[in-house]
Amino acid sequence: MSTRQFGQPVQRKEDPRLVTGNGRYLDDLGQDAYEVAFVRSPHAHARITDIDVDEAVEIDGVVAVFTHEDLDGPAADRLPLLIPHPSIEAGRTGYPLAKDEINHVGEAIVMVVARDRYLAEDAAQRIVVTYELLPPVVGIAKSRDGELLVHDDAPGNVAAHLLQEVGNVEPAMAAAPHTLTLDLEIERSACMPMEGKGVLAHWDSDEQRMRIHSSTQTTTGVRAAVAAKLALPLAQVECIAPDVGGGFGVKIMHPWPEEVLIPWASRRLNHDVKWTEDRREHFTSSAHERGQLQTVTVGFDDDGRLLALDVKFWHDNGAYLPYGVIVPIITATQLLGPYKPQNYRVEFWSMYTNTVLVTPYRGAGRPQGCYAMERTMDAIAAELGLDRTEVRSRNFIQPEEMPYDQGLLFQDGRPLKYDSGDFPASLAKLKALVGWDDFPAYKKEAEAQGRKVGLGIGCYVEGTGVGPYEGGHVHVETSGRVNVATGLTTQGQGHQTILAQIVADELGVSIDDVHVTTGDTRRMPYAVGTFASRGAVMSGNAVALAARAVRAKALRIAADALEVSEDDLQIEDGTISVKGAPHASIALSTVAVMSNPLRYAFDESAKAATQFAGTYDPDKPPIADDDEPGLEGKDFYSPTQATFANGMHAAIVETDPVTAEIKILRYCVVHDCGTVVNPMIVEGQVHGGVAQGVGGALYERMAYDESGQLLNASFMDFLIPYASEVPHIETDHLETPSPLNPLGIKGAGEAGTIPVTATIASAISDAEGFAIRSMPISPDELWDLRRQRALAATSSSTPEEPA
Amino acid sequence: MTTETSNTTVEVTLNVNGVAHTREVEPRRLLSDFLRHDLRLTGTHVGCEHGVCGTCTVLVDGDPMRSCLMFAVSAQDARITTVEGLGTQDDMGPVQQAFVECHGLQCGFCTPGFVTTITAFIEENPDPTSEEAREAISGNLCRCTGYQNICKAVLRAAEIKREGANGGDGA
Repeated sequence: MSTRQFGQPVQRKEDPRLVTGNGRYLDDLGQDAYEVAFVRSPHAHARITDIDVDEAVEIDGVVAVFTHEDLDGPAADRLPLLIPHPSIEAGRTGYPLAKDEINHVGEAIVMVVARDRYLAEDAAQRIVVTYELLPPVVGIAKSRDGELLVHDDAPGNVAAHLLQEVGNVEPAMAAAPHTLTLDLEIERSACMPMEGKGVLAHWDSDEQRMRIHSSTQTTTGVRAAVAAKLALPLAQVECIAPDVGGGFGVKIMHPWPEEVLIPWASRRLNHDVKWTEDRREHFTSSAHERGQLQTVTVGFDDDGRLLALDVKFWHDNGAYLPYGVIVPIITATQLLGPYKPQNYRVEFWSMYTNTVLVTPYRGAGRPQGCYAMERTMDAIAAELGLDRTEVRSRNFIQPEEMPYDQGLLFQDGRPLKYDSGDFPASLAKLKALVGWDDFPAYKKEAEAQGRKVGLGIGCYVEGTGVGPYEGGHVHVETSGRVNVATGLTTQGQGHQTILAQIVADELGVSIDDVHVTTGDTRRMPYAVGTFASRGAVMSGNAVALAARAVRAKALRIAADALEVSEDDLQIEDGTISVKGAPHASIALSTVAVMSNPLRYAFDESAKAATQFAGTYDPDKPPIADDDEPGLEGKDFYSPTQATFANGMHAAIVETDPVTAEIKILRYCVVHDCGTVVNPMIVEGQVHGGVAQGVGGALYERMAYDESGQLLNASFMDFLIPYASEVPHIETDHLETPSPLNPLGIKGAGEAGTIPVTATIASAISDAEGFAIRSMPISPDELWDLRRQRALAATSSSTPEEPA
Repeated sequence: MTTETSNTTVEVTLNVNGVAHTREVEPRRLLSDFLRHDLRLTGTHVGCEHGVCGTCTVLVDGDPMRSCLMFAVSAQDARITTVEGLGTQDDMGPVQQAFVECHGLQCGFCTPGFVTTITAFIEENPDPTSEEAREAISGNLCRCTGYQNICKAVLRAAEIKREGANGGDGA
């Protein structure tokens, strides 16, 4: 009897390779390639008046120096606006190499190709670019003023403006017994994968083919974009993601300028060319996220029930808009979380600034939305003197109301319709896990010792597994080896393991025989990519469907050979046998041989499939009209809409009464991602997500000065949490399977990150007795808030409401 | 005229994972680049190039050092161990084995730096507490795991190592 793999904490198939130094990341490849360094702008906003490369080209070992003038064909055009949307009023994108205007520090101007990176850097230092400086627009407030413009033809610095309304907010707000308005702020952070981006291009002049390796989250996307930019037929371009050292969203953006330039240079120079991003480049020329200013007005009744919710926010999209307005759309729609606001209006402006562009970072707009909603829930509770979980409970969508249509359009252009979830059950689990009802006693005890502690909560719903589709290809070799391919890419999520678990179960084979390839356009040319917590949902179901097709074919062939009905057959451990009569059996590998009638024998197993080896019905062709040779199957999973995972976090923090140091004492997570394929991997995803959330809540921010310089563009100054900053994470799970897909899976990748900023803000507010309205928060900022409040208290006798 | 940016190279011999390698290098060549690109031992990764993330950590005479902050020439007389020297896929070392068992890695990019760091740590402290385990890894950045399973792996690695030591083969 085979052990079912699905749902088991199976150890990862990829690990022995990775822990012994046998991974193959981008910079491990192409050891003989030319290497590239870029001259990047030191100014945030400027016109280029001259570029002098004379000294650089004289350095021994420098192969070529390219500027925008050297680019030809579509490569010289602006980069594409990847996701068009009707709300985009002024969609501006940059050039692969700046043409004449610079819009952020770090924008690439000159590409130096040399024998190695040291020489390329030497040469880059000797290139002199002359600029005419323009006044920079830094920060949302300045952008919103509209006094200075990032792009002359984008009035008011507005890239996009969108308003959605469900119900009728104005009369409901006017009639509401209580209203509150909150002004909220959230700063920029960034994905910061430990491996930056990187591209290796191999132009095969004999075959006129381009092979690209990129540290990307979408190889099909890069392939199509490079084919277009190099004016090559798609059939002559292939793209492979090798091992990728983390993505978290930044590598779903494409084509990055370098993904166009490196292949372009490889063809121009007829030589392998490689670029490996360094950490400073990653800070100033990749992407950031999160920065928003928000104004929330909420109307509610005496019980804390929402009557109307009116949200306006300004989203900092940086210098260009290549990824469209996906992030603010997600904020606008996912803000609602597990609640039903009755009447909801949300309006956003996506604003240009002379800073690094903004594309999705794990959570992709959801942390900001969750922060706005959960700060509001806490404010309502404070206003009415109610328990914060009680206010939330009263506004929850109930399990019997599923599927629940929020009446909005989601990021995939489809209805925001929750498929499943049991929010009261999740909350009950969370309260039990953190000991919610016991906290007041603990707080009192701590206060008696002169300590300040606070309990916080954050709830979210996350649309995961958005379409349009992913595919799976399953092929059983005559050795019994099972090859599985899916087109989306892997950055550490354990796809090689979970997809093998699924296929092993579906096909009835050992997981050791299943070998999964991801992100290789040669193996699966149709795919979308890895984002929006969609890997397990999309490719999991796609490979399951493909495996089912293979299983059906195997059973058909075996039934024929064993002269029994297909219904009487089972597959276990790679052997097809008659139920109840295990001696009547045939190996799957033998079926693979039989599935492919041969003329030539290349080994013993192939001999059995050759034309004189057996007896066949002479009236039938070796391959039936509606059949294909080989034991393989392909299928695609394409859902009508996203699945909706959800979860709730609670944190207990302690703030030092003197230094305002903030310490997380406990962190609890309840998570519902539907059916779990591998609990060990889901747990790992949650841990990692929370750690990034903690970074975003307490440590990480992009410190731009008013001239647009990023002052903390290094790991020395941008504070990614170490183990010493991340709390022990306690988890509990609820499984409400999605009714939308065959396996019942909902995504898990981003979940851990989404509510952390909201939860920590809630906990600090509780500890301090006043509302935190700007995140992240550092000890000195908290200290300053205390001081301001103390000053205000001495100069005025009116006490302020805690919220 | 051709501009020479570095006209001198020097011969170095480095002992890496028990093998002596002799190469001509520029004095400015970083140990990390030497290992990765001259010896093509690409298991050592580079995450920040300024000594903060710990991804490039190798053992120099048994001590964890950041190979991005060392020149190859300064490692002349040292005994260097990289992640490749700590086990193979078929015969993993205790720390490597513990990482697999405890799901101590996701993308795996930072992992070699943790494996080398922890190897040195449990050599010094064969029976650490949870707190000591956490502190031991607090100089390395990981963006995927949230560290919890790495902490677990430290304790498990120490356990595997102790079991091995008590197992009688003297290893």
